[in-house]
Amino acid sequence: MSGASGFLSRERIVAPPGWSRWLVPPAALSIHLAIGQVYAWSAFKGALEKGMDIGGVASALPFTLGIVMLGISAAVFGTKVDSNGPRWAMAVSSACFVTGFLVSALGIWLGQYWLVVVGYGGIGGIGLGIGYISPVSTLIKWFPDRPGLSTGIAIMGFGGGALIANPWTSSMLTAFGASGDDPDPNGIALAFLIHGVVYAVFMTMGWMLIRVPADGWKPAGWDPAVQKTRAMVSSASVSAANAIKTPQFWLLWVVLCFNVTAGIGILEKANPIYQDFFRDSSPAETLTAAAVAFVSILSLANMLGRFVWSSLSDVIGRKNIYRIYLGVGALLYLGLTFIGETNKAVFLLCSTLILSFYGAGFATIPAYLRDLFGTYQVGAIHGRLLTAWSTAGVLGPIIVNAIADARADVAGPSKYTPAFLVMIVLLVIGFVANELVRPVADKWHEPATNTTRTTEARA
Amino acid sequence: MSDQTQQGKAPLALVVVAWLWVGLPFLYGLWQLVIKIPALFG
Repeated sequence: MSGASGFLSRERIVAPPGWSRWLVPPAALSIHLAIGQVYAWSAFKGALEKGMDIGGVASALPFTLGIVMLGISAAVFGTKVDSNGPRWAMAVSSACFVTGFLVSALGIWLGQYWLVVVGYGGIGGIGLGIGYISPVSTLIKWFPDRPGLSTGIAIMGFGGGALIANPWTSSMLTAFGASGDDPDPNGIALAFLIHGVVYAVFMTMGWMLIRVPADGWKPAGWDPAVQKTRAMVSSASVSAANAIKTPQFWLLWVVLCFNVTAGIGILEKANPIYQDFFRDSSPAETLTAAAVAFVSILSLANMLGRFVWSSLSDVIGRKNIYRIYLGVGALLYLGLTFIGETNKAVFLLCSTLILSFYGAGFATIPAYLRDLFGTYQVGAIHGRLLTAWSTAGVLGPIIVNAIADARADVAGPSKYTPAFLVMIVLLVIGFVANELVRPVADKWHEPATNTTRTTEARA
Repeated sequence: MSDQTQQGKAPLALVVVAWLWVGLPFLYGLWQLVIKIPALFG
């Protein structure tokens, strides 16, 4: 039975006949484009450091705590999101995310930085986790014929959120006198306040518009029997509690963790990597501008990969697409390591493809989970799997920075060779883990009456 | 169990507004990104 009641309950958002399923992706995007702002946190860092007289580690704390809270809240509240429905989840996510900005604005205004950490990182971070998984199972149910495309669109939105917030935040800080060497703290507080208000309005569209399909709904002309012919696609359902007892869950955990770690290998140090690879080929000023452009093109690849490769997975299958992400990814790292320095085109091609696979790894995993565990509690299972992201978020930067620090006296691309080789090894391990994935054993499947009864109770 | 398969005809204006709601900010961000890329080849 659903825990949420009234306006937020699942029962209130069952779509009437004729409801267009193409209203569901924009509803999901309005949440993901907003919470994706977290990756534009660096736009606030400089102003906070100078305006509140804090160091670089302190200014990174709200972001770090936010990402940790994302993984924890997705894992803890995943089952609740599945049982209460997407409107409840989106509304709670919006409330937490917006409150994070408002508490931060108050903290800056009062000169209490700990309120920014607790507000943006703690409260806002809970909004990130619940918001990230909130539309996933709903999208998969609306698009059983194209689950990769639908989750790809939403999760591309998470990448796009920073794309919007980065220039928007920078221009706002400038307009409020909160940029440069002596930023006005009240201007920073005002920027946080406006972010909160605008995101509150923007996210409203998501929880107002979201609908779940009626029981028994299926897309016109879609035959479920066609999909069931694929060996890896299950028609049975597995509960979240049972899913984590299966080897398939932990193999996918390794796949996601190492794919993300490998992407972070470049993402973390994109700017200095570019400058070290091409330091002799351009004047210093041109090199700096080109490095900034390189970071931008990687962001674009990260975002587009989520949509393009995830959509392709609907055609060639999830196991095959991860073979590409991990196997071709390892070869691209090899190309980057041994040819990248001498050929800029190869360097750009390899690095953009690696980043597109990084983003695609996030976007395709919900559909892979759906294939293996069914739609019954796919949101909750996805939430638990996101702990792999939190782990990679710590593991990736530690590997890259530790190796770079140990080789601080080495100049040029060879500074990164050991780190890149570690990434290749991780991708190969991920490739092997993906090869070991088999359909889930029958003993873990829920009896059909359980899932049917739950669905009927929700409808 | 019902077998509803119809879709897509009802609120077309709502579909357009919803996609514009998310599409316009996204295009703004994309444009801001794209204008930085030429520096890579400068």
